[in-house]
Amino acid sequence: MRWNNLISVAAKEKIAFGALFFITLFILAPVVVVLWIIFKNGISAINWEFLTAMPKEGMRAGGIFPAIVGTLYLVVGATVCSLPLGILAAIYLSEYAKENALTRLINLAIVNLSGVPSVVYGLFGFSLFVVFLKFGASIVAGSLTLAIMNLPVIITSTRESLKAVPDYFREVGLSLGASRWQTVRHAVLPFALPGILTGTILSIARAAGETAPILFTVAAFYIPHLPHSVFDQAMALPYHLYIIATQIPNIPNSYRYGTALVLILMVLLMNLVAIIIRSKFRRKYKW
Amino acid sequence: MPIIETKNLNLFYDKFHALIDVNIAIKEKGITAIIGPSGCGKSTLLRTFNRMNDLIEGVAMTGEILVGSENILGPGIDLVGLRKKVGMVFQRPNPFPLTIYENLVYGLKVHHMITSRDELGGLVEESLKAVLLWDKLKDRLYASALSLSLEEKQRLCIARTLAVKPDIILMDEPCSALDPIATLKIEETARELKKDYTIVIVTHNMQQAARISDDVGFMLLGRLVEFGKTGDVFNRPQDKKTEEYITGRYG
Repeated sequence: MRWNNLISVAAKEKIAFGALFFITLFILAPVVVVLWIIFKNGISAINWEFLTAMPKEGMRAGGIFPAIVGTLYLVVGATVCSLPLGILAAIYLSEYAKENALTRLINLAIVNLSGVPSVVYGLFGFSLFVVFLKFGASIVAGSLTLAIMNLPVIITSTRESLKAVPDYFREVGLSLGASRWQTVRHAVLPFALPGILTGTILSIARAAGETAPILFTVAAFYIPHLPHSVFDQAMALPYHLYIIATQIPNIPNSYRYGTALVLILMVLLMNLVAIIIRSKFRRKYKW
Repeated sequence: MPIIETKNLNLFYDKFHALIDVNIAIKEKGITAIIGPSGCGKSTLLRTFNRMNDLIEGVAMTGEILVGSENILGPGIDLVGLRKKVGMVFQRPNPFPLTIYENLVYGLKVHHMITSRDELGGLVEESLKAVLLWDKLKDRLYASALSLSLEEKQRLCIARTLAVKPDIILMDEPCSALDPIATLKIEETARELKKDYTIVIVTHNMQQAARISDDVGFMLLGRLVEFGKTGDVFNRPQDKKTEEYITGRYG
């Protein structure tokens, strides 16, 4: 008798499910450990002054307020630039464009764009926005660079969610004599919004966390005031973190971890807002 | 004088010959049912009448389809105008995720037919009355259409089509998502509507065709095998295939 006949099918299934469950737990583990370490080491640094004051004593004391504000500007700027552009491009590709050589080329470009390393976006943004268009190192240049980095994510997720809307939704619109755009606007887009927001969430998190694209395009080592306009340089959390972690000696460790903690919390908070909007739409537009 | 007439209609999905020499004449103000097993082309035929097949890539048609007296396969046909005249009700009740009221005036807004609130209100009432929903819904016109039951949703969809004032209503298996009682109510609605509209209904429920239609066509593998008065087709089918289908030998 072969050994595997000794174990019943039900038992085998239990073992398999158990194994899958533990593998899933294993994925959770690094997230929990990272969050825990950052939280444990950083929480002592967080107080009102840390969140609202300017850095002092060569960034060894004071707060990280300008970096928080800078990151906020960049995320909002990148989202405002990339969201409409990405959604409209996706609508064109999924609702209007026919399958042909051009659309295949565009698809290829989008796939490639999403595989480009972020430092290349940084250099691209530097040469296009900072140098060629003469924006200088500024919030505009940084936001646009981040926006371009986010475009493939937004386009892809929007297309996927448009594709998931059943065709009969389009048919109703058209059968009532609505134009294609009227149909997309009323009978397709609302249902795709939750999926579109998922893409947005991913891109917000990336825009907030990336260092390389902002390195040459906006990020300042230290500015003693908040940016006055979108053509000013700004500090940003990921770059600030990099600086205080590697460039400046004798900083209390809690400052480094505290900065990381603030960055993570900011991303979570922005994601939370998007998730709340998404669940609202999901409730309203389910089919 | 038929209101819809096809002459040697052939339809291809790329290389697949989906409709083969279909000649059908549909009478005004009555219910014409099209029956047949899955994949026989009955939905495809229905969707040629408002050119909904155009949405599918690689579709090609030859022959003529006269709606009124106009060949809708001819060049320069106004599709928006055609779809306004030929409304459609789908398999799954699919109201827009808007209020009941907004669903009903959607088509009117699209066609810029009406501007004043009173007129809109009048049409909403008229359309809902036609599908026997007015008494039930008149106090909650601004509730979400998604809060209705499946059957009410389907009737709302019919009303939404009626609001644009079509002459013809195409129904593509309108009851397949509904339970038997809801099905009977939709059938009752259809019977009511045929006084003012021409209804073409596709169904794979033979009993339904027998219950509500005046004329019935039987399709098989892309051909219209038999067409005639419902009583004749069901009691004295001319074609052996029709007989086998309606007696449940296949399908």
